[in-house]
Amino acid sequence: MSTHSEKAAAFIKDEARTNWHDGALWHVREKRDAAASLLPEWELLRNTASHIKDNVLANLDDYLIQFEAEAKKNGVVVHWAKDGKEHNQIVGQILQRSNAKKVVKSKSMLTEECKLNDFLEENDIEIIDTDLGERIIQMRKEEPSHVVLPAIHIKKEEVGELFHKELGTEEGNSDPTYLTKAARTHLRQRFFEADAAITGVNFGIAETGGVVVCTNEGNADMGCHSAAVQIHSMGIEKLLPKAEHLGVFTRLLARSATGQPTTIYTSHFQKPQKGKEMHIVIVDNGRSEQLGKEDFRNSLKCIRCGACMNTCPIYRRSGGHSYHATIPGPIGAILSPNRDLKKYSDLPFASTLCGSCSDVCPVKIDIHEQLYKWRQEIYKHHELPKSKSIPLRITGKIFENPSIFNSVGKIARSSLKHLPRFMVYNNLNGWGKQRELPEVPEYSFKEWYKKQKDE
Amino acid sequence: MRVGLFIPCYIDQFFPEVGIATLQLLEKQGCEVVFPEKQTCCGQPMANTGMEQEGKKIYADLAELFSDCKYIVGPSPSCVNHIREHYDIIEQTEAIRHLRKNAYDLVEFLVDVLKIDHLDASFPYKVGLHRSCHGLRGMHLSKPSELMCDIPLKWEKVLGLVEGVELAKLNRSDECCGFGGTFAVAEEAVSVKMGKDRLADHLANGVEVLTSGDMSCLMHLQGIAGRQKSGPRIVHLANILNGDKL
Repeated sequence: MSTHSEKAAAFIKDEARTNWHDGALWHVREKRDAAASLLPEWELLRNTASHIKDNVLANLDDYLIQFEAEAKKNGVVVHWAKDGKEHNQIVGQILQRSNAKKVVKSKSMLTEECKLNDFLEENDIEIIDTDLGERIIQMRKEEPSHVVLPAIHIKKEEVGELFHKELGTEEGNSDPTYLTKAARTHLRQRFFEADAAITGVNFGIAETGGVVVCTNEGNADMGCHSAAVQIHSMGIEKLLPKAEHLGVFTRLLARSATGQPTTIYTSHFQKPQKGKEMHIVIVDNGRSEQLGKEDFRNSLKCIRCGACMNTCPIYRRSGGHSYHATIPGPIGAILSPNRDLKKYSDLPFASTLCGSCSDVCPVKIDIHEQLYKWRQEIYKHHELPKSKSIPLRITGKIFENPSIFNSVGKIARSSLKHLPRFMVYNNLNGWGKQRELPEVPEYSFKEWYKKQKDE
Repeated sequence: MRVGLFIPCYIDQFFPEVGIATLQLLEKQGCEVVFPEKQTCCGQPMANTGMEQEGKKIYADLAELFSDCKYIVGPSPSCVNHIREHYDIIEQTEAIRHLRKNAYDLVEFLVDVLKIDHLDASFPYKVGLHRSCHGLRGMHLSKPSELMCDIPLKWEKVLGLVEGVELAKLNRSDECCGFGGTFAVAEEAVSVKMGKDRLADHLANGVEVLTSGDMSCLMHLQGIAGRQKSGPRIVHLANILNGDKL
């Protein structure tokens, strides 16, 4: 499998497209800035959210037990899944018992993480993603490239072509209103036919046993209200202690995600409708392991707003798929190595550690510091490629010895000055592919200083 | 005031003029500047690649060299930030604690310690300031655009003391240039694309001279501008503040 760096290089080959992708996400980042700047209490909100999540993570066991008890009191069936496989089996069993063959789904990165769609399709159950972006990538048989804007990498002309092929829309018509209308008509039928609805969960409230789903299209509501069975898949870290804490997070979430003051629909599901079933599947899938790692625990505060992706100068120019993981971007680069250090050992290096992700994060996750720490773990676990570790070990040895440093520097400067260009600029010199090396000065600072002192 | 001059490895080897300007500027401000000649590097290249354990001896040696200086000042927020933030992995000897507590970036030192309010320098150009990430978000030498709180603008303050400087307004005030140490080579394509975009923003806003507190970012941008054979002149902040002429 190719690395982030290779995938990014392939993405950037189409420079006009890269500029378009970068511009689209930067536009969202600017909208976020405008929305955040209107709240004088913005930084206070971030602090408060971070502290609430500290409490949740420190007492997660208690809150989970409380949540389950309250949900049961409301008539909800609660299930526990240790990993993605168990999650899929549980969902499969619920659907099988209620003889559900057609399922609609809305807003869930967790089910992406568990690869639920593949599992259900293998078991002859039709599952339709109902949010526009998700539906587009489902038709293209792709994974989301962003947690909030899953089809941000696809241009409207491409959607026009896709819909022409899949939904029979007019050829060459890529008017967003026209296409959205076509998608709506297509999905409306699926809602009517659905036997069951699945949603993700933005927040679970321990105090009430209810779940909250934030969407802009209202599809979570449409599905849950029309189908006989509703299933909510929730990661263990999604809990908030009390309903009163919710306002802090909903105010931060929409502004950080898209610059909206609030999502169009903030839907609360607490008990099954009369004669219908409501299930909540609580999923670990590596989260408790992350919780046990002090340096990386904070990453579980993530509310999946995607702000770190929108701000990340690398993400904007390499696209979500270059991260070859369910959650891309800076937050994905600290979550993924927990799941598989070997497979994702390239991701913590897909960053300049510029720190913009940490400053934009609404729950104050120290993302760039965790990227730094993962790099140290990767070296410790011998997953750093030798092409990096050997030269840097040598460099380290040179820096340990001032006189060797001075002589090596002198030799390097003299070689750069006198070697023919092809000896310096070739495939071995990654710097020089598209950049000039600095001009070589007559003397180093140390040589100048020594001369001054001697005079 | 005894000030230890810290000159990062690549400035020593490739940009001695930045070291010279830093030294002269500090002396003009009345500091007694000493330069421990056995210094090499802060160890950041290894650490950012995940090999911080390999840098322990470098950290300890650097601290020893500066143990008798009241302040340690270097023209590089990136290296100074590394010393402050990441020298926590070795035994916190008195020398290490002293270094971490008293290491300053040049501009930060001028503003926070010397509290300068005038400079004998003029630079009649439209200047684009590259607000380098470690200085901006690591040390808060200016206000990151993501944060919604007041943070003093130290870089802008010192540039404001130089006669004739017209500070350009950029479309993206604090986007990373894409250098990132070994990132520049390991993620060559993204790195160069980021640098090209950074340069384009400065050019689109009529920048004649691009400056920054971090020479490493400038080295990367200069490398791209050099290959493109277009771009503004590139000068380290220390040279502008020292009154050096183009």
